[in-house]
Amino acid sequence: MKSLRILPWILAGVLIGLGWLLPGWSRFLLTLALARGLVVLGVALLMQAGLVSFGQGLFFAAGAYAVGFAMKYGGVRDAFLATALGALAGLGIAALTGLLLARYRGIFFAMLTLAFSMILYGILLKAYTITGGTDGLRIAPPAFLGHVLPEEHAGIGQYLYTLACAGVFLYLVFRYLESPLGYAVRAVRDNEVRVEYLGLSVSRVLYLTYLLVGVMSGVGGALSALSIGHIVPELAYWTTSGEFVFVALLGGTGSVFAPFIGSALFEFIRTYAYKYAPYTWQMLLGFIMLAIVLFMPGGIWSLSTSIPRRVFGWRWFWKPEA
Amino acid sequence: MAVVLETRGLTRTFGRVVAAEDVSVQIRSGERVGLVGPNGAGKTTFLNLITGYVRPDHGRILFSGKDITGLPPRVITRMGIVRSFQIPQIYSTLSVLENMLLALAAREGRGFDFWNPLRRSRAIEEAMELLASFGLTEYAYRPAAELPEGGRKLLDIALAFALRPIVLLMDEPTSGVSTKDKFVVMDTLMEVLQRTGVTTLFVEHDMDVVYRYAERVLVFQNGRVVADGDPQTLFADVTVRRAVIGWE
Repeated sequence: MKSLRILPWILAGVLIGLGWLLPGWSRFLLTLALARGLVVLGVALLMQAGLVSFGQGLFFAAGAYAVGFAMKYGGVRDAFLATALGALAGLGIAALTGLLLARYRGIFFAMLTLAFSMILYGILLKAYTITGGTDGLRIAPPAFLGHVLPEEHAGIGQYLYTLACAGVFLYLVFRYLESPLGYAVRAVRDNEVRVEYLGLSVSRVLYLTYLLVGVMSGVGGALSALSIGHIVPELAYWTTSGEFVFVALLGGTGSVFAPFIGSALFEFIRTYAYKYAPYTWQMLLGFIMLAIVLFMPGGIWSLSTSIPRRVFGWRWFWKPEA
Repeated sequence: MAVVLETRGLTRTFGRVVAAEDVSVQIRSGERVGLVGPNGAGKTTFLNLITGYVRPDHGRILFSGKDITGLPPRVITRMGIVRSFQIPQIYSTLSVLENMLLALAAREGRGFDFWNPLRRSRAIEEAMELLASFGLTEYAYRPAAELPEGGRKLLDIALAFALRPIVLLMDEPTSGVSTKDKFVVMDTLMEVLQRTGVTTLFVEHDMDVVYRYAERVLVFQNGRVVADGDPQTLFADVTVRRAVIGWE
């Protein structure tokens, strides 16, 4: 098991290296995939509690527009400050909506999250003078500690910055899932009665998880706003939220890496599908989802256990470290 | 011995069903009390009332002299009144060990710790000891869903026990456990409870079990406590025998 510990570092090295090796357009896709992967990670985390959110676009848009407003009205150019504002926007909205949401489960939870995101969508659309309505807002290339990167390095800078942020949250969620609170999240899915009868508050478990998810998704929104350079109300639209759920299922919930793998795969599938089948690409996504549900209910991540087993006859035994 | 748990005039109706009517009992510290009576007599409702799962229409519940009426289960649990269930309430997708570790973390007030790992060697040691005393060692690393019915029951009790209760309430601890193992399970359980001085109330349908392990028996019928005394005297009483087991 020891050798597995260096795997994340090797992976980090490879991903950093890719920043130089990849052509600009695919590096851009990967940047987006990482930013959106943060939102998907949030969806996957909620799924651990047995909750499906169809409104993660709420935080995604909130994070993005926090950056947009800060640039337009506050003259903020710094990437770190912009990201922090995105996180704060996510946290604030989660703290508020979470008070209500922590009391609902199943379809009611899903529909309420959707409702909140559509309320924000409506506001972003109608408050034209502030939000720019359907035209959206332009986001200027950010500065890193006072330096605006020259155009030829902007892409790689953005990529590395997004990668670092994704890495931080990936580690945070990893720790979270190994902690008592992380186990309590799965315990809530299994049996709420016993959670209360251990002396723990179910709604507090869900509320705290929701706060983390809000922060993560807000940061995801801020990062994708910084890399795309333009934001529109559609970020809060329910199809955006639906996409996050789609990607969460595509990647699987077997690991904290799965949402990012799913997210990267999705960006590339969408780009190619859109390029080669501009009128039928959504049908293609439909077929992919069908195949995942039928043949790979654990998502792409389940290949990491099924391939070694089929090909080499390996089995991963789960045992605690002594 | 001091009174640790007291109910005063507990009454609760569900529609037309009277599940508890003017239930007033005093439980002294360290007592082992068996709750008996026909189905629907209000035994489980009594446990639900004490642990705050159901609120009484009238009456009060006092724990060590403090009024705990109307408090939610988690607060009452943290105060030291802990229960196990007739239908085991366990985390079926977590391993048996993880079930125990979460209970230990909750007891230590680490339930909302989001940074340090749940699996700490000291906690694992204690969890494994507890599992051993309940005979669940061989299942420790398996998902709780794979436990046989008797094992699920034991894990449910072990989870309650891990919280180091002052008062332990058990709803039919031996139902689902094979007749052969019943006394083995109860022997281990009662030995531990006696050694640790835990006040115990248990609902039980098997009169042999009650006779053997209860120091005091409360007989429920139609939501009322109709008899209260030591098992030898009570089971000799014809009316009680009729109410409880339908014997003549």
